[in-house]
Amino acid sequence: MTTTGEITFKTEPFVLNFGPVHPSTHGVYRMRATLDGEVVLDIEPVFGYLHRGIEKLAEERTYTGFIPLTDRLDYISPMSNNLGYCLAVEKLAGIKVPERAEYIRVIIAELQRLANHCIAVGSFLSDCGAMFTPFMYMFREREKILDLFDMVCGQRLTYNYMRIGGVSQDIPDEFLPALHKFMGTMPGMIEEWENLLKQNEILLARTKGVGILPREMAINCGISGPVARGSGVKWDLRKADPYSIYDRFEFDIPTGEVGDCYDRYRVRVEEMKQSLRIIKQAMEKIPSGPIRAEVPHLIRPPAGEAYAHIEAPKGELGFYIVSDNSIAPYRCHVRPTSLINLTALREMVKGWKVADLIAIFGSIDITMGEVDR
Amino acid sequence: MAIVNFMNNSPLPMQVTPADWPGGYWWHWVFFTVILIVFVLVMVMGAIYIERRGLGRMQSRLGPNRVGPFGLLQPVADAVKVLLKENIVPNSADKVVHWLAPIIAFVPAMMIFAVVPFQNGALLADLNIGILYVIAISSVSTIGVFMAGWGSSNKYSLLGAMRNVAAVVSYEIPLVLAVIGVVLMAGSLSLNQIVLKQDIPFILLQPLGFLLFFAAGCAEINRSPFDLFEADQELVAGFHTEYSGMKFAMFYLVEYGEAIAMSAIITTLFLSGWRGPLLPPWLWFILKILIVFFLMVWTRTTFPRARIDQLMALAWKFLLPLALINLFITAIQVLVWPDALPWILIFINIAIMVILILLWSKFFKLGWGRIEV
Amino acid sequence: MKFERYGIGLIKGMVVTIKHLLRHPTVNQFPEQRLNMSRRFRGNELIWSRERCTGCASCAKTCPQGAIEIVTATNLADNKYEVQKYQVDTGYCIQCGLCVEVCPYDALFMGYSYERAKYRRGELVQSGDELLESPQRPASGYFHPEIAEKLPKQTLLVEKIVEKRK
Repeated sequence: MTTTGEITFKTEPFVLNFGPVHPSTHGVYRMRATLDGEVVLDIEPVFGYLHRGIEKLAEERTYTGFIPLTDRLDYISPMSNNLGYCLAVEKLAGIKVPERAEYIRVIIAELQRLANHCIAVGSFLSDCGAMFTPFMYMFREREKILDLFDMVCGQRLTYNYMRIGGVSQDIPDEFLPALHKFMGTMPGMIEEWENLLKQNEILLARTKGVGILPREMAINCGISGPVARGSGVKWDLRKADPYSIYDRFEFDIPTGEVGDCYDRYRVRVEEMKQSLRIIKQAMEKIPSGPIRAEVPHLIRPPAGEAYAHIEAPKGELGFYIVSDNSIAPYRCHVRPTSLINLTALREMVKGWKVADLIAIFGSIDITMGEVDR
Repeated sequence: MAIVNFMNNSPLPMQVTPADWPGGYWWHWVFFTVILIVFVLVMVMGAIYIERRGLGRMQSRLGPNRVGPFGLLQPVADAVKVLLKENIVPNSADKVVHWLAPIIAFVPAMMIFAVVPFQNGALLADLNIGILYVIAISSVSTIGVFMAGWGSSNKYSLLGAMRNVAAVVSYEIPLVLAVIGVVLMAGSLSLNQIVLKQDIPFILLQPLGFLLFFAAGCAEINRSPFDLFEADQELVAGFHTEYSGMKFAMFYLVEYGEAIAMSAIITTLFLSGWRGPLLPPWLWFILKILIVFFLMVWTRTTFPRARIDQLMALAWKFLLPLALINLFITAIQVLVWPDALPWILIFINIAIMVILILLWSKFFKLGWGRIEV
Repeated sequence: MKFERYGIGLIKGMVVTIKHLLRHPTVNQFPEQRLNMSRRFRGNELIWSRERCTGCASCAKTCPQGAIEIVTATNLADNKYEVQKYQVDTGYCIQCGLCVEVCPYDALFMGYSYERAKYRRGELVQSGDELLESPQRPASGYFHPEIAEKLPKQTLLVEKIVEKRK
């Protein structure tokens, strides 16, 4: 407020509503931002627009019948959701998964990580304004991965592929040659994307130093996944608490230093390269054998509880299942990666401008299906 | 007719009608006005077509190709669709301001073409202050944009309009200074004379001027990478959020009309206008406009968009000092070596441009010196 | 002095974009060119075989949505269950394929086509003879390898476009 003689010039902050329907919020997410000119002072998130009651529905479906519903949680990477849930039930019932199924699960999960990061990086870059060009290029690669998934299980988005005790069908004969061809072209594509935008001065000015998440805050808030690794927290569930057969593969964990949007973007691209390494190692060693343990269709695990977590492409996805020895779970709770990563948005955004708000929000990479369940 | 006689016989060398034009003043005026209106509308349609096809091909997809052969009638379909839409005015909008804004934004874009030469002496008005007229008129459309933002009673529109005013006012200065370099080399403000003096296109003699004019011109007309006034991802559509129907068509015309106008000015000033070996002059003119416009489409496809404070920093801290230095060096060259062999000058100017850009980008810092770009 | 950010990134980006201009676009012109679906495609409809179905209702019990309705009656003359009504509400169906997987007698198949929109919501509920296999309603090979072998190979994007790259 400045006074010149008797005239007072008062400015006040105003509230701008980035409504549930907006060209760039990833899903139906509403933010009420308090702005002072262009500078963001505070945001108030409002979500719940996509709540479908999946956790309550679990109590009325059988254990196998719930797997199609887990597809709809994080609909960008459904195979990971299937995998997490099946791991939780297998832990509860003490089922051992055969070797070939484990290798197939690893290949599919890493392909899913590639596909997810294609969308995450593509939509982050188009939120920064790159007019959908990297988005289109990345979708082309995601199409190739979705074709492979289509070959295996018949659908492109809601796969319903993992089962309790293994996978539902064996991979067809043309899967491995097609995967081999895909692995031949993918490193060249990643290099082309890096040429397009890694060193671009406008992108650097836009994302370097913007939306810094300090390392201590990342650990305190429980952030996981590429967001935490971008802040320097070297934590990856595939190495820290290995599930399935991840301890047999060698790969690195890329981390950032500062924790700004640029670091998160680089962590995701490097993770894509590491996923390619894992897939190559798994492709060479895949054995033959059964693809599913002998598990009844209407499985009744013994009474008890189990929590299994996996390194989903977005972070740590956990399933907590309580069973009372009937054909339906007594309680199934999902630890939503995106929701817990979203809680740090408010601290990351204070003091930056409107354009940065959108860029920071895009770099956390959330899917509303997981936030609202 | 008295005024025409006065203008033709006055001691000032201000020729409104060329001496060999049959039919006198009014026939000349009607003919050129009709030609200009048709030219602008057809070129805008061609520009829309080139942009959508070019953007599509560069993103590894086709552009529109269903309406007419190769999609050539797509702009016509767009125009018909937009004409048939309902004209919605928000309830709390300022009716007069809301209605006048598109007109005030569109008219200056057309008026620029009055002084652009299509052939030797073929313009609507051969003013001897040609380029000054262009610069003065092109600032008026900002008022239209601001009226649109204010009259819409929408916070998104107001944000977009405020950004636009700040940026256009700042980028006028490097624009004008880049033009003065060309004027010094040509020795006259009249666009016809500038084209006649370009035995060697001025892009070779003034490479730095060309880059500065291109960057400042893109910022003036809301083209990427400076299209943050109507950023889809942030402010749903910026200042034209609340417009529909014919008024939206006017804003659409303004955007592409100004792009074509800026391309026309660039070809006249830097690429030697209608001069060329084999084809008729007006065909060369149209070809060169389309080439410059393609350059704008190319930059739009590739770059993310800048943020508003980075935009202002670019204008005041990067383009303005370079423009002043360019002006200084051009003035020295014109004074000291007026008859020098043009090839030495070309070589010297290109070398100076490279050195200046390298040096100045090292010193360019954003964010109060914290972040080095 | 190390010069790193003077515009070289911008130029590299523009080179990539202009190379794409000269390449073949990755586009499939839909109604004229169609791709082959996956052999295990879980299409929009269910196909039922009246001869093999015994009315055990495993499919109805497994369906997560409860979209299958079966009414059986005893038929003492032939000494077997007679399926009087077999009705599938394809509006509820989420195409998960659990019913096909669980049928012990291989009497259910997923459909192979995807253009099955109807004009009225009542037409989505299909029963009895509408669910039989016919040339307009081909079956897909989901959990039926003998059918999957006969279907055409799936068009893969990795095979259509070959980029010359190391």
